[in-house]
Amino acid sequence: MKTSDIIIKCLEKENVKFIFGYPGGAVLPLYESLRHSNIDHILVRHEQSAAHCASGYARASKEVGVCLATSGPGATNLITGIATAYMDSIPLVVITGQVNSNLIGKDVFQEADIVGSTEPFTKHNYLVKKAEDIPKIIKEAFYIAKTGRPGPVLIDIPVDIQRQKMKFNYPSNINILGYKPTYKGHLGQIKRALNKLKGSKRPLICVGGGIICANAVDEFREFVNKGQIPVIHTLMGIGALNEDSTYHLGMIGIHGNKGSKNIVSQADLIMIIGARIADRAHNLIQSLNNDIDIIHIDIDPAEVGKNIKSHVPIVGDAKTILQEFNKKITNLDTKDWINQLQIIKSTEKENNILDEKYVNPKVALNYLSDKAHNDCIVTADVGQNQIWTIKNFKFMGKRSIFTSGGLGTMGYSLPASIGAQFASTNKVICVTGDGGLQMSLGELGTIGQNDLPILIILFNNNRLGMVRELQYNAYGKGNYYGVDLKNPDFILLSKAYGIDGIRVNNNKEFEKVVENALKSDKPYLIECMVNPDFATL
Amino acid sequence: MQHFKEEIKINRRVLSVLVENQSGVLSKIAGLFSRRGYNIDSLSVGETENPKISRMTITIADDDYIIEQITKQLYKLIPVIKVIELKPDNAVYRELVLVKIKTTLETRASLIETTNIFRGKIIDVSKDTMTVELTGDSNKISAYIEMITPYGIVEFVRSGFAGLQRGNIKITD
Repeated sequence: MKTSDIIIKCLEKENVKFIFGYPGGAVLPLYESLRHSNIDHILVRHEQSAAHCASGYARASKEVGVCLATSGPGATNLITGIATAYMDSIPLVVITGQVNSNLIGKDVFQEADIVGSTEPFTKHNYLVKKAEDIPKIIKEAFYIAKTGRPGPVLIDIPVDIQRQKMKFNYPSNINILGYKPTYKGHLGQIKRALNKLKGSKRPLICVGGGIICANAVDEFREFVNKGQIPVIHTLMGIGALNEDSTYHLGMIGIHGNKGSKNIVSQADLIMIIGARIADRAHNLIQSLNNDIDIIHIDIDPAEVGKNIKSHVPIVGDAKTILQEFNKKITNLDTKDWINQLQIIKSTEKENNILDEKYVNPKVALNYLSDKAHNDCIVTADVGQNQIWTIKNFKFMGKRSIFTSGGLGTMGYSLPASIGAQFASTNKVICVTGDGGLQMSLGELGTIGQNDLPILIILFNNNRLGMVRELQYNAYGKGNYYGVDLKNPDFILLSKAYGIDGIRVNNNKEFEKVVENALKSDKPYLIECMVNPDFATL
Repeated sequence: MQHFKEEIKINRRVLSVLVENQSGVLSKIAGLFSRRGYNIDSLSVGETENPKISRMTITIADDDYIIEQITKQLYKLIPVIKVIELKPDNAVYRELVLVKIKTTLETRASLIETTNIFRGKIIDVSKDTMTVELTGDSNKISAYIEMITPYGIVEFVRSGFAGLQRGNIKITD
């Protein structure tokens, strides 16, 4: 059997349904084999989007996302997408073609050391040296990508190896000497944590994306409700708890709720679950009491104690650990504490002023949230549109948000929405800005070609709004540079790609079109004209 | 030779790391150290009694927090099987140094005498140089280097530390 056929067979064994890719000389045999398989190939317009699509697919399907690119520039174009997935712990298997084995290291046409380049931001990577190793490598790659703390795994396959012939034998078991993720939390530590919780007068949970990765939202909500413990979340922890829950206090960090610092500073115990407390959430650390007890739960032992010192570290899968907690947790006496926090929480003021000349994104997103289905998937790009979305769209029930939280990658939301739509029949809403959209504009072609019913909400303020705001803050109002965009006609552009769309100039116009757009089974773009001075917060 | 005097004072920590014996592993380990801002003082690597496994001995000068972080980050690398810290009280360390020293007819005898005291081995002699092989812990090597510095060191190479736990304990125990 040809090795390329075997590679595709291995992917079929791993239950791969879609591959997001871009063909090229170093993957010709693979594409020929793919042509005869049941796996659908989705042709993107840029390899970076292939990785983002696979990321959106992985997040929506809870499976491993797969992307494919040729050697050299094809492979290096994937890099931002791989690094984005790494930072947000998204399981990907990335396959790249490589030049002929005997030409590796000779700087031949379209050669790049993609294994060396991606070492810092892949969970693991492989350069295939022998065809016989391929089934084992693919089996390992999927196992590594989806187990423990999920992440991207890259397999680089020289084109001559793809052309070889060998017998197919897919391993049923794997044993990687150095890779044994811990799932069950230490029972003694769980007991210690429970005792600390029982002794606490003002407990607080800080939840991150680990809860979503671990598929532990139900267990988490049960724990919070049983224990009556208030919850603050990081950007990646959005959706862990319904926003209308009594225990929901909003987001920490520089774009978090204004009262979050105050909330954290009054707690006597904080339980961090699946969050690494990166610098954007750093005001959590700065606000902590000196005598606070910290319980830190994470599947990655390297995250425990890295940015914040913990008194009770618990390494393991959030789902199984919370199941243990749920067996023992009882109502804590937190009524007064929660009342006190509700007062702090209510300090947040929203800018709901309507302007006839412009759309107010906050009001628009609130309206969209009211009208959207309870299980919709929202993808948000990076910049003002991201913060407007996470603070004004209500993530309740089964709604989910996919955004680049760790790396902060502009151009993420459009391709991620494509991957999500291939994984799900639920409505996918892609929120983006005029800067981010143009970073992956070509993917309008992928949406049009596949007739994906994605609703694209474009906030257009003709500039890179968040950077301008950062420049204001750093160098004084009026001082900004390099952030103005002379934008194309986005409606004409989307129509050129076969996607219908409409430009709206104020919230009334937005409200008129949004309901039908949500019901549409065709791709649709709503371009919202936003006041260039409209602030992020 | 200020360099050696300083080295003695550093709070050196030694990690013994078992890794799968595959190509690219050294680069993964070295890359981890450099991108996270940890400095490797010395690194030696070689096959173990099991040819599928290699052992690296890595010395670093850092505090407990960094050692813990390094250990945890090393464990995140898939080919890393085991990481332990070799503590001075229950481990033996050795390093090999090859040093080429200037000699003259007048100095040769005393240099041979000094080398013998340190149980060094003369492995090459030329008209005006002598090359010595010396094995030992870092204090011994530093003391020897200090003694021969006045003769004039032409060049030298150190292998980096190799270390094992004392007694019958195995790293995988």
